[in-house]
This record gives sequence, C-alpha cells and structure tokens, in this order.
Amino acid sequence: MKKLMNDSKDIVEEMIEGYVKAHPDIIRQVPENARALVTSQETRENKVGILVGGGSGHEPGFMGYVGSGMADGVAVGNIFASPSPDPILEVTKNIDKGAGVVYLYGNYAGDVMNFGMAAEMADLEEDIQVGMALATDDVASAPKEEKEKRRGIAGEFFIFKAAGAAADFGYSLEEVVRVANKANDNTRSMGVGLSPCSLPQTGEPSFVLGEDEMEIGLGHHGEPGLEKGKIESADSVTDRLVNDILEDIEINSGEKVAVLVNGLGSTPRMELYVMYRRVEQILNERGIDIYRSYVGDYITSLEMGGASVTLMKLDDELEEAIDHPVNCPMFVQK
Amino acid sequence: MEFSANQFKSYYKEIISMVEEEKNYLCELDRKLGDGDHGVTMSIGWQAVDEKIDNELVEEEDCGKINIMVGKTFLNAVGSSVGPLYATGFMRGAKVVKGKSVIGDNDLAEFWIAFARGIQERGQAEVGDKTMVDTLEPFADKLESVFAETKDFRIAFNEAVEAGEKGMQYTKDIVSKKGRSSRLGERSIGAQDPGATSAYLILATFQNFIKSHTAQVG
Repeated sequence: MKKLMNDSKDIVEEMIEGYVKAHPDIIRQVPENARALVTSQETRENKVGILVGGGSGHEPGFMGYVGSGMADGVAVGNIFASPSPDPILEVTKNIDKGAGVVYLYGNYAGDVMNFGMAAEMADLEEDIQVGMALATDDVASAPKEEKEKRRGIAGEFFIFKAAGAAADFGYSLEEVVRVANKANDNTRSMGVGLSPCSLPQTGEPSFVLGEDEMEIGLGHHGEPGLEKGKIESADSVTDRLVNDILEDIEINSGEKVAVLVNGLGSTPRMELYVMYRRVEQILNERGIDIYRSYVGDYITSLEMGGASVTLMKLDDELEEAIDHPVNCPMFVQK
Repeated sequence: MEFSANQFKSYYKEIISMVEEEKNYLCELDRKLGDGDHGVTMSIGWQAVDEKIDNELVEEEDCGKINIMVGKTFLNAVGSSVGPLYATGFMRGAKVVKGKSVIGDNDLAEFWIAFARGIQERGQAEVGDKTMVDTLEPFADKLESVFAETKDFRIAFNEAVEAGEKGMQYTKDIVSKKGRSSRLGERSIGAQDPGATSAYLILATFQNFIKSHTAQVG
C-alpha cells in the first residue's frame, strides 16, 4: 500500500504538528504532552469541559471535533489504539473550568481502561470531577439485549454533537452526561466494508476481502462483521443496513431523525449520496421525517472502503442540540 | 538464586530485541483476530522502555523503581488495551520488590505472581476468553503451587512457563470472548491469541535469561 509519509513511527506526531499549525486559532497542543490538544479559544468559567478521544486514523474523528459547540479537548492515541491516561489527564486539567469534564469515547476495551485510569487520576490527584459516556451505536456488534457490549462507530459523531451542545447550553456535569447517554440510546449505526485499510507501520491489509465481496456489519478498525458475501447493489446494501437499524430501535411514522451516511475513508461522495438517496426513500415510505442529514467522511478508518448509516431518533432536546452551531476545523455547522 | 537491579535491566533489553524479532509474527496473529497491530504496539512500547533504560535508568539500583518506570513508560507510549494491562503487571510486580537492589527466590516468585494477577484483575478476563490470561493464569497458578512445595524459584518458574505455553496453545482451539475479536464467534477458532502469545514470550524470555545469566546455586 502506497502512503504519503516519512518515517511511519512519526506519522501521528507529524499529523498533529500539521493540524495545530494549520488551525492555530482553534486548536493548540498542551506543552506537557504532545498528544493532548485543546481549544485555543477562551471557554466560559463553569462550562463543563468536553473531552473526546480515541485512536488516530479515524480523522476527522477525534481531533477534528475540537472547536466551539463541540469538544474542548482531545487525547490522541496511536493508530487505532486508545490514548494512554497521560494525555487524557493533561487535557482534563486544561479544560476544567470548575464544573468538571465529560469523557466521550467508543466502547472498546482499551479505551475503557485508559479513560477509566485517567478519570481515577483526575479525581485523586487533581480533584477534578469526571463524567463519562460511551458510544455503543453499532447494531452489528452485539445483540440488542447486550447493547452495553456494542462498539461505538460513526454514531459517536452525534453523541459528541449532542453533548457538546449541552455543555454549551450551560448544563451541569450530570446533565451533560444524561444528554450524551440519551443521544447514545437513540442512536444506531451499521456499516459495510468493501476494501481493507493498512496500518502505516505494517503496510499489510487489515482483513481480506475478495474483489467481488463485501462484509456486512464491519467494525471501523476492520473488525469482522456479521457476514461476508457477494457485493450487491447500493440499494440492496442500504436496505439491509437501514432495516437492521429499524429492527433494533422503534421509530414511528411522524417521528424525526438525524441521518448520517459516513464514508470509511476511500468511498467517493458519489456512492455516499446514492446510499443517502435510498435511506431517504425508506424513511419517507415509513413516514419518518428527516430533520437533518449529514453525508461525508465523519469517522473514518484510514483508507478503508465502505460506509455506514447512522440514525438518531430526535426529541425536542436532541433536536435543539443537533441544531446548535459548531465551528471545528473539520466540521462546521452554521 | 539472586537477581539484581542490573539484571532486570538486561532482561528488559532482551525483551526489546525479542519484540523486534517477533513483531511481524505478532501482527500476523493479530490480523486474524483484530486490526493486526499487536506487534507494532509492543514495539512502540518497548522502544520507549529502551530509551528509558539507556537514560534515566542507567544509575537506578532499586528494582521497584525500575519496574514502575518500565510500566509507566510502556503505558504512556502505547495506550491501547495492552498498555494498561502490561503496565499494571509491571507496577504490581514493582510493589513486591520496592526498595531492593537484589532479590531472592521468594521475591521473584511473588513478583511474577503479582505481575500475572495484576493483568488479570485489570482486564477482567478469565481462562477460556482467548486473551493473555489464558497464558498468565495457569502460569501463576503453577508458579504458586510448585514454589510453595519446592521453595526453588527456578524449578517453579520452568514448570510455570510450560503451563503458560499450554494455555497459549489452547487459545487456538477456543472462541474469543473479549475485546475486538469477540464478535468473530466461531470464526476465531484456529487462530492463536496474539496477547496470550506476547505474554508467553515475555515469560519465556525470562526463563532463557535466568538460564544463561544467573549462577546455578547448589
């Protein structure tokens, strides 16, 4: 696999260097830890801090979501690997405005351990109150009755968006956590993989798929999904994804949703819009109202081919959160 | 037997070379079960440890401090799930040997038992989940029982590593229940767990190290 890089061991540091140099008005590095990035804008006293984090290789996730209206800081991990407690703690110290900090991340064993350790340290050593909310939106990753075991994929974007808005509205730590968990409870995603990505350090494909194959329910680190099969038409794949989601969460006629059709890194917008077209048809047939739509690369997996569909069922509170303006280097909503 | 702070450092140097040699093998195992980066991750962590040993730790004579530094350095460089797991292992071991520049049979046995149990506690996995615990629990159980009987670390450790190796090999036959590979279900059968493998390699490297670097007493 060809990549534009220098030494693979420097790729994360060099990406961060380029990112903060390109957007100095929005994001800066904390001097104590190069993997700890925080907003360069002054945030309000007593605003709950929002910390997002995870492995790198998912850009715009996660550092792309630091900015006004969304996250105040990000801890950046190695490629597809949770950040260690150190950068998480440094970000926490930097973004605490006296009202505590909420950690938002996907439900992966490594993230749970590292964020958990950082939260303990923040409490013990720094006296900072930490709340947490985990994304578990991937319906393909565990049965409904084991939702707490599910991994977080593109739906993390909606959870960050909702929690970031709640913090901006001046909600307390408990309230921000409540909104984040509510966003997660109302969000479902499912993906399809068409081609693997390769880690810069190994150059080897993360999984093997035949030229004419697809993997339904694929995870965004290339974790195997529910089944492998012959590639089908965009409509038929989209039907499968949306139907599995709608079997998992009850969304009735007249209810509103936010829709995200997310590319995994190397899928053209053309194909994402073909999928969106079908999502709209299905929801329209069922009388479900699309309140807002997002189509593009929001949480990727390096150059993986494929896409995911996410639906978030809205109520008044989530609707207000999803409407809230955001200004991040990789995502702007007016 | 006796084991000194400097020998700890030499042992860690041997892990560093072992990881570089086995890096591709560990990635290969991981590609079947996860995202194929276990060897890379181990290498990132141990390269950071290498730098510490050559710098801050050159003069360090306290076995406890060496192991705390190894754990913290590994954790900070790696994150991931192996970061907290191995870091907890080395830090729990560090507690046992705190303030000592030379340790004996008893401390060595306790060090490795604390290492294995610490990882198990952090990861909350059980034997049969297809994780590093499949190597570490039989290893620690055997080390504990044989050492209680013989009071000879060398004998107990050799038998314990053998038990760990069997546990590692058993991961080929079972379904993954933890972490990213757990959704593979039946498809995970046949693949040996990379974490169980790296844990075994760390233990086997210690076994070889004490074979060739410490004097046989009695």
